[in-house]
Amino acid sequence: MLEIRDLEAAHGDIRVLSGVSLSVGPGEIVALLGPNGAGKSTLLNTVAGLLRPRRGTVTFQGEDLHQLHAHLIVERGVALVPEGRRLFGSMNVEDNLELGAFAARARATKAAGLERVYTLFPDLRERRRQLVRALSGGQQQMVAVGRALMSSPRLLMLDEPSLGIAPRLVRSIMDSLVEINRGGVAVFLVEQNVQAALGLAHRAYVLESGRVALQGSGDELLRDPHVRRAYLGPLAMHQ
Amino acid sequence: MTVLAQQLVLGLLIGGLYGLAAAGLSLVFGVMKVLDVAHGELIMLGGYAAFFAVGLLGLDPFASLLVVIPLSLLLGVALYWGLFGFVVRADEETRVKNSLLIGFGLALTLHALAVLLWTADERSIVTPYGGAVLSVGTLSIPVIRLASLAIAFALIGGLHLLLVRWRWGKAVRATAEDWQAALLTGIDVRRAYLLAFAIGTALAGAAGTLVTIGYSVSPSIGLEWTLKALIVVVLAGLGSMLGTFVGGLLLGVAEAASAATFGGPYREVVGLVLFVVVLVIRPRGLFGR
Repeated sequence: MLEIRDLEAAHGDIRVLSGVSLSVGPGEIVALLGPNGAGKSTLLNTVAGLLRPRRGTVTFQGEDLHQLHAHLIVERGVALVPEGRRLFGSMNVEDNLELGAFAARARATKAAGLERVYTLFPDLRERRRQLVRALSGGQQQMVAVGRALMSSPRLLMLDEPSLGIAPRLVRSIMDSLVEINRGGVAVFLVEQNVQAALGLAHRAYVLESGRVALQGSGDELLRDPHVRRAYLGPLAMHQ
Repeated sequence: MTVLAQQLVLGLLIGGLYGLAAAGLSLVFGVMKVLDVAHGELIMLGGYAAFFAVGLLGLDPFASLLVVIPLSLLLGVALYWGLFGFVVRADEETRVKNSLLIGFGLALTLHALAVLLWTADERSIVTPYGGAVLSVGTLSIPVIRLASLAIAFALIGGLHLLLVRWRWGKAVRATAEDWQAALLTGIDVRRAYLLAFAIGTALAGAAGTLVTIGYSVSPSIGLEWTLKALIVVVLAGLGSMLGTFVGGLLLGVAEAASAATFGGPYREVVGLVLFVVVLVIRPRGLFGR
């Protein structure tokens, strides 16, 4: 469904991705792991169209994405929940969600989309008229996921959804991703919380210094000595 | 005492126009992160458009708004496509610098063009009800300026509703807050920029019309109005059109108060003092986000 071939991207003169190839299949949950600065966010931003690749291709359902403007990529069914949530703080919950359905394709199903988000995150229904600034980090993350869902994506990408969120809520966000995935949406997840990510991912890639260093099923990577040492900490070695 | 009150009322009346002039500048700067220093020249063009709409078409001065506002919208679209649409392709820091260069260039060009076409003479619109005055106690309020204040307020209110209720209005606000997040929700931010610039130019045209009706227009009024608008934008802060309008009223009243207290020459100084004080004490402005 999503095919990334030989992708190279840079911030100014600094090359961040050097020849990354990976794929996400329909209905899959794929995790992308790796240390800070490995290029994970850059990869997601490039797929979403915020950054133009220097080389390589990104195709989605057979169509090239790397030439398209970001707003058209949303229209094609690829949505990104960006790092740090990036909500519209001066607007209320429902305005944020409704803006998520701005693309023409999603506008027709806006009412159904809202209902779907409120069913997934009942907390938000009660707070629909509150400014998102006033919400907790976890609730804000729910709005961010909900806003992306409002575009009725076929592929949902998330950049560190657990960042700065209480552990109890991390759990509920991760559960919601499984729920979303059951509805037929492919999920591509960048996460520092390796345990949580590998717990729900069908497959995972490890990105190091702008290259794919490792790949495999979630279970395989959880058992991999390098992954355990580098990402799960020394204690995990003895578990 | 009556003299002071009279001065303050007149200050309030011109303050409404400051607010209207600043609203367009604030919208463009807030959304595009582009500082359009030719905003005053756009006000000047609006003034001439009104002058000729009244002179050639025989329209009532206030009805000329119905001609000037659509024309200004079109001018805004043309300027965006021809000039400012290129500026927004750069990153945000470069944008402000480039927009200053382009804005000053545009301002000089429009000023020279206006002198060439219409001479440097001051012109004003003469209306049958021009001298009408509303007497409230010992105060006398010029009817034309009162009507201008009401229209300015109505336009700002309309703009506020547009930004709060309309789908694209929300898109414009979203773009102002975080253009990348706006892109990720599927908003074509270039179109939001175009919309903001066109509406900003239309507001300049409306302000120019009211300035010409209540006062006068000449090719050189542009710089003064750009400065007033800038002061109000700093005073009020970005993000609220109603706040900008109130900021304009405040500047008008403050100018009148200082002119009445210290004498006419100090009218301009108070705006600049306010500018510095607000920047030092509350850099995001009185009503800014």
